[in-house]
Amino acid sequence: MSGIPHDHYEPKSRFEKWLDARLPIVGLLYSTMTIPTPKNLNWMWIWGIVLAFVMVLQIVTGIVLAMHYTPEVTMAFDSVEHIMRNVNAGWALRYMHTNGASLFFFAVYLHIFRGLYYGSYKSPREVTWIIGMLIYMVMMATGFMGYVLPWGQMSFWGATVITGLFGAIPGIGDVLQTWLLGGPAVDNATLNRFFSLHYLLPFVLVALVVLHIWAFHTTGNGNPTGVEVRRGSKAEVKKDTLPFWPYFVIKDVFALSVILTLFFVVVYFQPNYLGDPVNYVKADPLVTPAHIVPEWYFLPFYGILRAFTADVWVVQIASFLTAGIVDAKFFGVIAMFGAIFVMVLVPWLDTSRVRSGKYRPSFKWWFWLLGLDFVVLAWCGSQPPEGIVPLVSLIASAYWFAYFLIILPLLGVLEKPLPVPATIEEDFDAHYPPKDASASAAE
Amino acid sequence: MIKHNILAALLAFSLGATGAMAAEDGAKPKKFEAEIEDFAFSFEGPFGKYEPLQLQRGLQVYTEVCAACHGLRQVAFRNLGDPGGPQMEADQVKAFAKLFDVADTSDDAEPGDTRPGKPADKFPANTDAGAPDLSLMAKARAGFKGPYGSGINQILKGMGGAEYVASMVVGYTGEEKEVAGTTLYENTAFESGGWTAMPPPMEDGQIEFRDGAPNTVEAMAEDVAAFLMWTAEPKLVQRKRTGFLVVSFMILLTSLLYLTNKKLWAPAKRKDV
Repeated sequence: MSGIPHDHYEPKSRFEKWLDARLPIVGLLYSTMTIPTPKNLNWMWIWGIVLAFVMVLQIVTGIVLAMHYTPEVTMAFDSVEHIMRNVNAGWALRYMHTNGASLFFFAVYLHIFRGLYYGSYKSPREVTWIIGMLIYMVMMATGFMGYVLPWGQMSFWGATVITGLFGAIPGIGDVLQTWLLGGPAVDNATLNRFFSLHYLLPFVLVALVVLHIWAFHTTGNGNPTGVEVRRGSKAEVKKDTLPFWPYFVIKDVFALSVILTLFFVVVYFQPNYLGDPVNYVKADPLVTPAHIVPEWYFLPFYGILRAFTADVWVVQIASFLTAGIVDAKFFGVIAMFGAIFVMVLVPWLDTSRVRSGKYRPSFKWWFWLLGLDFVVLAWCGSQPPEGIVPLVSLIASAYWFAYFLIILPLLGVLEKPLPVPATIEEDFDAHYPPKDASASAAE
Repeated sequence: MIKHNILAALLAFSLGATGAMAAEDGAKPKKFEAEIEDFAFSFEGPFGKYEPLQLQRGLQVYTEVCAACHGLRQVAFRNLGDPGGPQMEADQVKAFAKLFDVADTSDDAEPGDTRPGKPADKFPANTDAGAPDLSLMAKARAGFKGPYGSGINQILKGMGGAEYVASMVVGYTGEEKEVAGTTLYENTAFESGGWTAMPPPMEDGQIEFRDGAPNTVEAMAEDVAAFLMWTAEPKLVQRKRTGFLVVSFMILLTSLLYLTNKKLWAPAKRKDV
C-alpha cells in the first residue's frame, strides 16, 4: 500500500495461504503496522494517535450514554441528570464524553498547526490535507449537535444562533433554516434529528479517518525536515526510516499516556471547567442568556463571524455592490466559512518550494503570528462585543485571511530559504551523532 | 404566544454581534462587578469531601427557608442516605420524606391528589413564586471568572458555584427599589446587575441546629451552599476518589512507557541504556 519499498507479508501456514488468497487482510494489517516511518519525527507527530484514540473513546462512551439518554424536549435535560445521578458511573462516562470533545479539538488544532508549520499539506499530500479538513468539518458538526443534546440554556440558544447562520443566506435562508430545524424554531424535531445525526456522523468520521491514513500511507509520512524518504532501494529506505511497529507505536502510546494523564486530571478534578455553567439550567425559549457563547473550540471562528459588523467598510462595499443582498450578517457567515475554506486551499496558496517551516526564516514569524492570531480570535469570540473587542476581532480576522491569501503566496517568491539537509539520515545523525568506528569496535 | 416570543428572541439575538451590541449599548449604564467571597469549603481541593453534618444543617436551612419558594426536583429523598452525602439513617430518611406532600399518581387517585413522600420520591418541584429550581444551582453559576474574564481563578479556587450561593445569601446591602411593581433588593453578589427580586431570606439565629452549630446568617449561608453543592454534584467524593486512583495509575503507566520507549530507541539513537 505504501509507495516506499518495504518487506511484505508472506503467508506461511496452510491456513494463512488459504485466507490470503481469498482476503489479504493480514497482509494489509502487516503493511500498515510495519510501514517505514521517517526516523526523525518529533513530538508534534503524536497527535494523530491521540485523535484516533479520542475518536474511539467518544464513540464508546457515546454509545453507552445513548442507552440512557432521552431525545425529547421535556425529558432530555432530566435524562442527562439521571445519567449523572443514577446510572452506575454515569457521571464518569458523561464527564469523559464532554471533556473528550475538548481533547478532540485541542488535539486536532495542534495537529492542523503542525501541518501548517511543516508544510504537510504540500504536494504530494494535498489529498491527505483535504480529507483532514473534511474530518475537521464533520467534527465541528458533530460537536455542535452533541452540545445541543443536554438541552440546557446554552444548548438551546447555541442551536438557535448557529442554525440562524443558514437563515442569513439571501433568498433561500428562511426556508433552509426551517428545513434544518424541522420547524419555525429550535424544538423537539430539532433535538431528535440532532441526536440522530450526532450518532451517525462519528461513523462517517471513522470512514474519513481510514481514508486519511490510507492517503498518507500512500505518500509516506511527512517529517520535520520536509525531505522525502529515499526510495531507491530497501537498504536506502532503512537509512531514513524505522518500522512503525515497535518504534512509533511505543513512542505514540507513551505520548498518549502523558496526554491522558492530564485529561483524567481534568475529568476527575475539574470536569466543568471547560463548560458553560449556564448549560446546567434547563433550556427555556422565553429566557435568553446574557451572553451566548459557544464552547471554546468554536470561539476563533465565532470571533471571525462577529467581526464583520455593518460599520466595517468591506461590508459596506459588499452590501453596496450587491444592492444589499450581502448584509453584515451574511458577510459574517461567508467570512466564517471562508476562514476554513482558505485552509482547504492552502496547498495551492503556499508557493514556497521548501516544505518545512524550519528552513524558512521569515515564514516562521508569520506562522507564529498566525498561532497568536488564533488565540486572540478565540478571546474575541468569548468576550461581549463591546469596547476594544470589535476592533481587535476585525484586525485578527484580517490577518487570518491575509496569511493565507497574501503572505503565503508572496513569501514563496520573496523569501530566501535556508539550506535543507540532503537526507533524513543526515538530519537524524546531526541530532544523534554516530559513535566513531574504533569506539564501537572496542565495545 | 410561545412562538411569538421565540421569534422575538430570535430576531434580537439572531446573530450575536450586531444584535447583542445594539442591545447592550442601551441597556447597560455601568459595568457591575459581582463580589464573590472565597469561602473555605470542606469539599474543595483534590481530596476535599462533604461534611455530613454540614450537609444535614444545609438540608435543614433548605427545608425551613428556601423550600418555601425553591424546588429541588432532581434530588430524591433516598439520596439523603447515600454515601458521600448527608448520610442520614434509613429511618431518618423515611421520616423526613413524610414531611413533604408529593403528587399521588396511583390508579385510584384524582388529579391533584397528594400523599406523604416516600424515600424513592423526589423533592417536589416548586414554581409557585417563579423562583428557579435549586438542584443544580451550585453548578449553574461560576463565582470566579477573573482575572480579565480568563477563568484562570476557576483552576485555582474551583468554579465558585457554592461561593456564589453563599455570597448571594449574605450579599444584601439593605437597599431596596421599586421597579414595575416589584420590589428589588440590592445584592453585591447577584450576577445579573446587583438587584434581585429575592428578599433577604434569613436573619441571625433564625434556625436552631441540633448540633449546636453557629446560626449566624453567614454560617447558615455556608451550610446551605455546601448542601446545594452536594445536590448539584452528589458524586463529587466518588469522583475525586476514583480520580486519585486513575491518575496514580496513569502516572505509573506513563513512567513505565517512558522507560520502555527510552530503551527501545537507545540503539537507534546510539545511546547507552
